[in-house]
Amino acid sequence: MQNNLLSLVIWVPILAGVAVLATGSDRNAALARWVALAGALLGLIVAIPLATGFDTATSAMQFVEMKAWIPAFNIHYHLGVDGISMPLILLNSLITVLVVIAGWQVIRDKVAQYMAAFLVMSGLINGVFAALDGILFYVFFEGMLIPLYLIVGVWGGPNRVYAAFKFFLYTLLGSLLMLVSMIYLYFQSGGSFDIQTWHTTTLGMTAQTLMFFAFLLAFGVKVPMWPVHTWLPDAHVEAPTGGSVVLAAITLKVGAYGFLRFILPILPDASRELAWFVIALSLIAVAYIGLVALAQADMKKLIAYSSIAHMGFVTLGFFMFNPLGLEGGLVQMISHGFVSAALFLCIGVMYDRLHSRQIKDYGGLVNKMPVFAAFFMLFAMANSGLPATSGFVGEFMVIMAATQVNFWFAFVAATTLILGAAYTLWMYKRVVFGNVTNPHVEEMNDINPREILLLGVLAACVLAMGLYPKPFTDVMHVSVVDLLAHVAQSKLP
Amino acid sequence: MSHAIMQYAPVFPEIFVLAMVSLILVIDAAVGDSKRDLAYALSLATLAGAAFLTVRDFSTMPVLTLGGLFIDDPLSDVLKLFLYLTVAAVLVYSRDYLRARGLCKGEFFVLALFALLGMMVMVSASHFLTLYLGLELLSLSLYAMVALHRDSSVATEAAMKYFVLGALASGMLLYGMSMVYGVTGSLGLGDMAIALQDGTDLRIPLVFGIVFIVAGLAFKLGAVPFHMWVPDVYHGAPTAMTLFIGSAPKIAAFAFVVRILGQGLESQVGDWREMLVILAVLSMALGNVAAIAQSNLKRMFAYSTISHMGFMLLGILAGSQNGYGSAMFYVLVYALMSLGGFGMILLLSRAGFEADQLDDFKGLNRRSPWLAFLMLLLMFSMAGVPPTVGFYAKLSVLQAVVGIGYVWLAVAAVLFSLIGAFYYLRIVKLMYFDAPLDTAPITASPDARVVMSVNGLAILALGIMPQSLMAVCIHAIGASF
Repeated sequence: MQNNLLSLVIWVPILAGVAVLATGSDRNAALARWVALAGALLGLIVAIPLATGFDTATSAMQFVEMKAWIPAFNIHYHLGVDGISMPLILLNSLITVLVVIAGWQVIRDKVAQYMAAFLVMSGLINGVFAALDGILFYVFFEGMLIPLYLIVGVWGGPNRVYAAFKFFLYTLLGSLLMLVSMIYLYFQSGGSFDIQTWHTTTLGMTAQTLMFFAFLLAFGVKVPMWPVHTWLPDAHVEAPTGGSVVLAAITLKVGAYGFLRFILPILPDASRELAWFVIALSLIAVAYIGLVALAQADMKKLIAYSSIAHMGFVTLGFFMFNPLGLEGGLVQMISHGFVSAALFLCIGVMYDRLHSRQIKDYGGLVNKMPVFAAFFMLFAMANSGLPATSGFVGEFMVIMAATQVNFWFAFVAATTLILGAAYTLWMYKRVVFGNVTNPHVEEMNDINPREILLLGVLAACVLAMGLYPKPFTDVMHVSVVDLLAHVAQSKLP
Repeated sequence: MSHAIMQYAPVFPEIFVLAMVSLILVIDAAVGDSKRDLAYALSLATLAGAAFLTVRDFSTMPVLTLGGLFIDDPLSDVLKLFLYLTVAAVLVYSRDYLRARGLCKGEFFVLALFALLGMMVMVSASHFLTLYLGLELLSLSLYAMVALHRDSSVATEAAMKYFVLGALASGMLLYGMSMVYGVTGSLGLGDMAIALQDGTDLRIPLVFGIVFIVAGLAFKLGAVPFHMWVPDVYHGAPTAMTLFIGSAPKIAAFAFVVRILGQGLESQVGDWREMLVILAVLSMALGNVAAIAQSNLKRMFAYSTISHMGFMLLGILAGSQNGYGSAMFYVLVYALMSLGGFGMILLLSRAGFEADQLDDFKGLNRRSPWLAFLMLLLMFSMAGVPPTVGFYAKLSVLQAVVGIGYVWLAVAAVLFSLIGAFYYLRIVKLMYFDAPLDTAPITASPDARVVMSVNGLAILALGIMPQSLMAVCIHAIGASF
């Protein structure tokens, strides 16, 4: 099937971003907002055929596009999606629309640049998920750092400069080592940057091990895994609401996606050999970071740590090497995309009214904002993994998969059900229930239709995925089985 | 008759430039200060004419002429075209700056064109004599250019340092050349390569000669530990001269290195590769680390140049056509970025004000979003972040290095470039995150703005479509070796 659908998914948001920039200064802010919304919606619309036209019976790449790009190095403009990447593209396109709406009234300074940065980033992230050429992947993977750096640095909080630098340099460190690995793979595979060719390239154990750590650093920083996670709380706290939403919902997924596209299939022997290492890091993330989250006084920081713990579940699921674990990890990725986006939007709603993210400044919110409290309740429950919400499905699948491998893995992983509930619900209790102690809370208004729309869309996604996850797992299943077949094969020479 | 003239066709661009320089010298002296724009226009016309002559006789294979002193091959033609382009951009960027400081004299244009002539000779040299002649013509013009601002003690000091250290480097180079001549009995690069093909009994003098030649080259490139002049000269010279020194001569220096090491001493790659590895690693390390500590933008760019030259050496030390091609790509991209970087300082400067402190870039996004965006592209390109062309430059040299099995060197290179990313990001931070200190309107002339826009957008366009430039480099190297 030769068409340009994936190109559209990538370039429509980027060109829309350029169009938004063209609206110029803040005098035309209203125009910039509408152009941005139109661009984001158009981006979502062109992504929908990916889902409707998707063939769930094959693990082969679909909607493939292939053109020579840099023949000198045999680099191609090669795009395609499978059951692993397609849902992520849809998630990203949806979140972009929400982010544009979320920034509608809040952002008043340099509106056009703000909206453009998000649209360009959205296109680049779609590129990351669709790229099947190593260098093309790298270009998108690195390129998305530029708008994110500006978003955190220009519209962020008081300590934004520190956070922006830390975030950029951390992620750059990982990706540069990955670049060297990619060049090495280019020579090992006889002069190809094609990711699918790399999947069948034989590699010695030493090379696999070294590259494993290079890729692990690149993607581990993005996920982020303990102990290279420290940039995330800083970036989250300082980023504007939209930035936090995209960071949590999308960019973390880029790291996890890298595991499935690069580490597992390209380096299967090293992956099996060093699985204990990743599992250990993941369990530390789940248990230890869960405890850290418990101690946070800043709501954004709390959700940031909770994200790290949840992403620990994702990587844990991947390295169980069974379909249940991998699919569980993937479902958890999508679910976390909805839930963390929703929670950051909730915090944004409160912050816009009170200009504080400290838990202690709130209390008794339910008296003033009942509708908001209901939404917030749903997302808090989803974050702690309540059945019937999307949060439950992924966690349950991963814990089941872990039980098949080793009881103690499952045991430690299951602590998240307690810790997750503890830190989320305790925060919820302190913020929403009780008596109003802060006089400013008295003055807070309930959410407006714009905010209801945002949270309503996400609530629908969370519930749909929690009640009937089969459409999601159906899309993934064949690709996951195929991936596991790859991992099971030794690539030693 | 016509045949006798036509055998000199490959040298027509050089002859043309020389004739025009002499003409400008005379005309400028005759018309005086009132018609300074005439010299400017004539200089641009010279570049256009030379470009025309170069394109007209664009060679598809190497042609030796002037008794083997001079070679005209695709490599030299391509590099010359880029030299014209770079020098033209330098002239456009610096005109207002020079005028505001009373430096817009005929001498500037004459020296710039003489320097260009020197570079053209270097690029087309196939003989130690021509190489050296070209180099000295370039160097002497540059010394004089730096000293053009007579009343500035910093500039004079910079010129003095440049001259003394440059002369030392030339001496080393000559000494090395004489030793190689002693071993091979030839000054021509082609004969030298043939003489060395089957090895030689005189290993020790040959290696000594190579050491001195490499040291001399390193001086000219500004590679560590022969870099001491770079920060002082970049900092002390008037910015327009820094722009000139920082762009076009790097292209010529690349040709110089490739001609000597890649063509003349090709068979001795085992000897000079390890030397270049040391130079490259030290340059990347010191350049990137020292740049962090600078508060003066010109000085920061000087250290950044040192690290970029280290990167460029990575391509050359691969010692293959692939490697030379990637180094050529790197140096052309570097010249483009350097033009943009120094050009931006010139655009933001005005009469009585030098925008060469880092703080002068604070809040540029509020003063001029477009210039800030162009500078953002330049900075990310220097840092090697896609989708700018700087990334492909790094990719191609890293690829050349991994190709000869030096994976550790590639890892070292990327780690140093990570350090480098910090100070480029800092400029972006100043422009976008901070409030402006200086709110005076930007007075850059429209033509400089247009050239700057083309310059900045070329960084992005070549980043999205790098194939065109890359193919030119690979073709030029492939057809010349």
